[in-house]
Amino acid sequence: MLKQDVRDQLTAIVGEENLLDSQQDLIAYSYDSTPDFQELPDAVIKPRHTEDVSAIMKVLNEEKLPLVPRGNATNLCAGTTPLEGGVVMIFNHMNKLLEIDEENLTATVQPGLITQDLITEVETRGLFYAPDPSSMKISTIGGNINEGSGGLRGLKYGVTRDYVMGLEFVMPNGDIVRTGGKLAKDVAGYDLTRLMIGSEGTLGVLTEATMKLIPKPETKKTMLALYHNLESAGDTVSTIIANKIIPATLEFLDQPTIRVVEDFAQIGLPTDVGAILLIEQDGPPEVVDRDMVKMKEICEQTGAMSADIAATPEEGAALTAARRSALSALARMKPTTILEDATVPRSKVAEMVRAIEEIAENNNVEICTFGHAGDGNLHPTCMTDARDREEMKRVEQAFEDIFAKAIELGGTITGEHGVGAMKSPYLSWKVGDTGVNVMREIKKAFDPNNIMNPGKMFAKDEKFRVVVEK
Amino acid sequence: MTANKEQYRAEVTKQFQEKMDYDELLNCMRCGFCLPHCPTYIETDGNEAASPRGRIALMKAVVDGKMEPDEDFEAQLSLCLGCRACEPVCPSGVKYGHLLEEAVDILQQNKEHSMPVKMFRSFLFDHVFPKPERMRQLNGLMWFYQKSGIQKAARTMNLTKIAGGHMAQMERVLPEIPSPRRMKQRPRRVEAEGERKKTVAFFSGCLMDTMFMDTNDETLYLLKKAGCDVVIPEKQNCCGAIHAHSGEKEQAKELAKQNIAAFEEGDYDYIISNAGGCGAVLDEYDHLLKDDPDWSERAKAFAGRVMDISEILYDAGLPPMELDAQIVTFQDSCHLRNVMGTASAPRKLLHQIEGVTFVETAEADRCCGSAGTYNLIEEEMSMQILDHKMENIDRTAATTVVTANPGCLLQMKLGVEREDKTSTMEAVHIVDLLAKAVRYKEEKTGSPV
Ligand SMILES: Cc1cc2nc3c(=O)[nH]c(=O)nc-3n(C[C@H](O)[C@H](O)[C@H](O)COP(=O)(O)OP(=O)(O)OC[C@H]3O[C@@H](n4cnc5c(N)ncnc54)[C@H](O)[C@@H]3O)c2cc1C
Ligand code: SF4
Ligand code: SF4
Repeated sequence: MLKQDVRDQLTAIVGEENLLDSQQDLIAYSYDSTPDFQELPDAVIKPRHTEDVSAIMKVLNEEKLPLVPRGNATNLCAGTTPLEGGVVMIFNHMNKLLEIDEENLTATVQPGLITQDLITEVETRGLFYAPDPSSMKISTIGGNINEGSGGLRGLKYGVTRDYVMGLEFVMPNGDIVRTGGKLAKDVAGYDLTRLMIGSEGTLGVLTEATMKLIPKPETKKTMLALYHNLESAGDTVSTIIANKIIPATLEFLDQPTIRVVEDFAQIGLPTDVGAILLIEQDGPPEVVDRDMVKMKEICEQTGAMSADIAATPEEGAALTAARRSALSALARMKPTTILEDATVPRSKVAEMVRAIEEIAENNNVEICTFGHAGDGNLHPTCMTDARDREEMKRVEQAFEDIFAKAIELGGTITGEHGVGAMKSPYLSWKVGDTGVNVMREIKKAFDPNNIMNPGKMFAKDEKFRVVVEK
Repeated sequence: MTANKEQYRAEVTKQFQEKMDYDELLNCMRCGFCLPHCPTYIETDGNEAASPRGRIALMKAVVDGKMEPDEDFEAQLSLCLGCRACEPVCPSGVKYGHLLEEAVDILQQNKEHSMPVKMFRSFLFDHVFPKPERMRQLNGLMWFYQKSGIQKAARTMNLTKIAGGHMAQMERVLPEIPSPRRMKQRPRRVEAEGERKKTVAFFSGCLMDTMFMDTNDETLYLLKKAGCDVVIPEKQNCCGAIHAHSGEKEQAKELAKQNIAAFEEGDYDYIISNAGGCGAVLDEYDHLLKDDPDWSERAKAFAGRVMDISEILYDAGLPPMELDAQIVTFQDSCHLRNVMGTASAPRKLLHQIEGVTFVETAEADRCCGSAGTYNLIEEEMSMQILDHKMENIDRTAATTVVTANPGCLLQMKLGVEREDKTSTMEAVHIVDLLAKAVRYKEEKTGSPV
C-alpha cells in the first residue's frame, strides 16, 4: 500500500482513474511470463504522456520508491515482477504509432505499441520492420528495446538493437533525455541509445523511440528439412553459411520438441525424425529461387532425409507458425516450463545441443531444445513442476551446467531474453567481475537511489565459480 | 468487514482450494498469447485483470490464499463473456471455460440469496428450463426478455448494472412466438429425400424449439434435402447451458444425464444441433460428467457424436441454392467456433449460394456481446462490444448478417435495430437463409432438384 500522501501526489499527476491499487489490480500486475516468480506491487500507474512520466519519477525518486516499467510482461527473466514492491508503470495510454516517415524510412512510436501492430502497419506501405520475436502479437516495442529482443529473422536482418535510431527516455530524477534521431550517422558523444537497449528498465523509462524501417522483401519461401540426427542438421547450417548464403530464417527443433509442436499445431510434421530445420529465404524472386535450390542441395548433401520447399505461402506460414508456438506447446507437457536462451557461436550448435542432452540426463530432468540455429541462439526448455522442490533443485543445477557449457564454448548466458532476476547470479560469468563493476557504476550514475526496477540485472550475491577458460 | 462477509469469503476460499483444478491453473504459463483475442481486455483498453491471463491469476491467487474473493473478484468474473476465444489460441491448451464454470459455480452456490431471489432462481432453473412443457406454456422465454419481467428478475437475482436502456429495442427484435398447438404437431421422424446418406438425431433445444421454431422446421427441411433421415428423440431436454454458465452445475449434470439417456435409444450417426451455444455444451458432456463413474463413458459416447448443422449439411451436400444478388457476411458463434471448432463449414455453405457475395467481417470471430444472459447482466460492456461489431459489419456493406446461434441472432438483430438499419439490413440464422436459397432455386427451375 502506498502512503496516503504519496498516493495523493501521484493521483494529482495522472488522475484517480490512472492509478490502480485494488486487490485485483495488484494481483494482475504481480507476475510476468517467468514461472515461479510473483510479488505484489503497491500500485499500478498509467501515465498519459512523457510529462506525466517525468512528474511521477520525481515523486518516486524523492520517496525512494521502486518503479517497474512494464510492457505486456511476456519477458522470461522475471524482468517485470515487482520483487521489491513499489509502483508498476504501464503504457496503455502511450501505445501509438506516432509517425511513419517514408523519406527517411523511420517509424516513431510510443513504448506501449504492440510489435505486431507496427509490423502490420508498415507492411501496408511496402515497408518492413524485421525484428519478430515469437511473442510479437502481444509484446511491446518498449519491452523489445529493453530486452534487446530477437526473432526468427535475426540471422539475416539483425535484432531489435539494430533497428533503434533514437530514443526519448526519462531519468529517475525526472530529466527528459533525447538521443539519436532519424540519422544514418551520428557520433555526437557517448552512444546513449545503445546503452538504453537491453537495459531492462534499470536505467530510465523509455517514452518514445524512432525505429529503422527497410523496404519489404518481395517474396518469401519456406523449406522444411528432416534429419536422422542433430549433427547432420548442424552440418547443413555451417555449409549454408560457408556457401555465402544468409537465409532469412534458420530455425531448429529437436525431436521431443517436434512431437509436442505437432501435437499442438497438427500440420503434419513427422514426429519420428531426429531434428528439423526450418529454412526461409526472402527477397527478389530470382534470388529467393536460386538460394532455395542451392540450400535444398546442401541439405541433401549434408545428410537430410528430405528437404521440401513449401508449395504455397499458406503452407509456409503454417510451418513458421508451428515454430513460433514451440515454447508454449512445450508448456502443455508439465505444469511448469522453464526456458533459457544460452547462445553459442553458430559453429558450436550441434555440440551444445549434445551437451544439453547429457546435462539433462545427468541431472535427471526433461529438456527439449529448439531455437535459432542460424545465430546459435538455443532455447533449452525444461518441463517440470514448480511444486516439486527437489526436482526444481536439479533443474537449477542443469541450467547452471548449461550456462557454464555455453560460456566454455565461447557463448553467453542469454542471447535475447535478458538477465532480469532469473539470471542475475550468472551475469559475472559472462562479463567478468570488472564488467559487472562498470555496469554497477553506470547504474549508480543514472539511478543513485536504486529505484529503477530493483533486484534485476545485479544479484545480491553472485554465483562464484572457477572462471571457465574461453 | 462484517462477520457474515468474512465467513462467506472464508468458505468460498476453502471451496476454491478444494474444487478448482490446480493443475489447470498452473498450466497457464502466462505467455499472454490470449490477450489480443479477449474482448473484455480489448474493450477495457488493456486491463490485465480483465484478461484471461489476469482472471486465471486471480483465481489462482484465491486458491493460494493471496487474495480474498471480494466484490471486485466477482465483478471481474462476471465481466468475462465466457466466449472462450482465449482457448483455441492458447498454446498451453488451458481450458479456461472449465475454470470459469467451476469458479462461478462455487460463487453461486455460496450466495446468500434473499427469499425472492431463491424462489426466482429455483423457478427458473428447476421448473422452467428443464421442462419443455412448461417452456411452451410460458410461450418460450418471452417473459424472460420482457421489460418488466427481466428487470425485476435481474434485480432480484442481484444481477447488477441493469439499466434497461436497450430493453425496448430488445423487445422489438423478438420473433413471434408460435402457438402451443403448432409446437405439439412436430413429427418425431423425418425421412430423407432421395437417397439416404445419413441418419441423424436432432437436438431441438428449448429456446430454438419455442421462440425459433421456424428455424427448427427449416433445419429438418434442410436435413431432409441433404439426404438425412432424422429422428427427434422425445425425451430430450434443455441442454443445461444456462445452468452451467450461471453456477447451477448440479442441475446441468442432471439435464445432461437425461439427454444422454434420451439419445441412447435408436441408431444414428450424429447428434445435430443448430445452436452453437447448445452444441458446445453437448459437446462437453464428457467433461461435465467426467467424475461420475456411471456416466463418464456414456457421456463420452454422446459427446463424440455431436455435430453442428452446418458441418453435416456441408458434408452431405445440399441441392443447388440461389438468392437475389446480395452481400452476405457471417458472425461466428463463439462456442461454435471456440469449443466445437466449426468455423469454415458455414462460410463454405454461404459461398455455395448463387447470387450471394460473401464478404468476411473484420474480427468476425470476436464475441458479439450476447453471451447467454450477458447482455442483460453486463449491459454496458455488451453494448460497447456490439457497437464495435456493427462498425465492422457496416464496412462490409452487407445487407444480410448470418449467425448460427439464437443468442447471437437476437444480439445482431438488436445491433441492426440500434443502428436504425432495419430497412436495409437483416440478421438471420444460417439455416433460414440456406432453406430460403434452396426453395428459391427450386421455384426458379420449376421442380425440386
Ligand atoms: C511465448 C513467448 C515467446 C517469446 N519469444 C521470444 C523471441 O522469439 N525472442 C525474444 O527475444 N524474446 C521472446 N520472448 C520474450 C519476451 O516476449 C520479450 O522479451 C519481449 O520483448 C518482452 O516484451 P514485453 O512488452 O512483454 O515487455 P515486458 O516483459 O513487460 O518488459 C520487458 C523488460 O522491458 C522493460 N520495459 C518495458 N517497457 C519499458 C519502458 N517503456 N521503459 C523502460 N523499460 C521498459 C521492463 O522493465 C522489463 O525489464 C518470448 C516470450 C514468450 C512468453
Ligand atoms: S494463452 Fe494460455 S498459457 Fe498463455 S497466458 Fe493465456 S491462458 Fe495462459
Ligand atoms: S472467455 Fe472470452 S471474455 Fe472471458 S477471458 Fe476468455 S476471451 Fe476473455
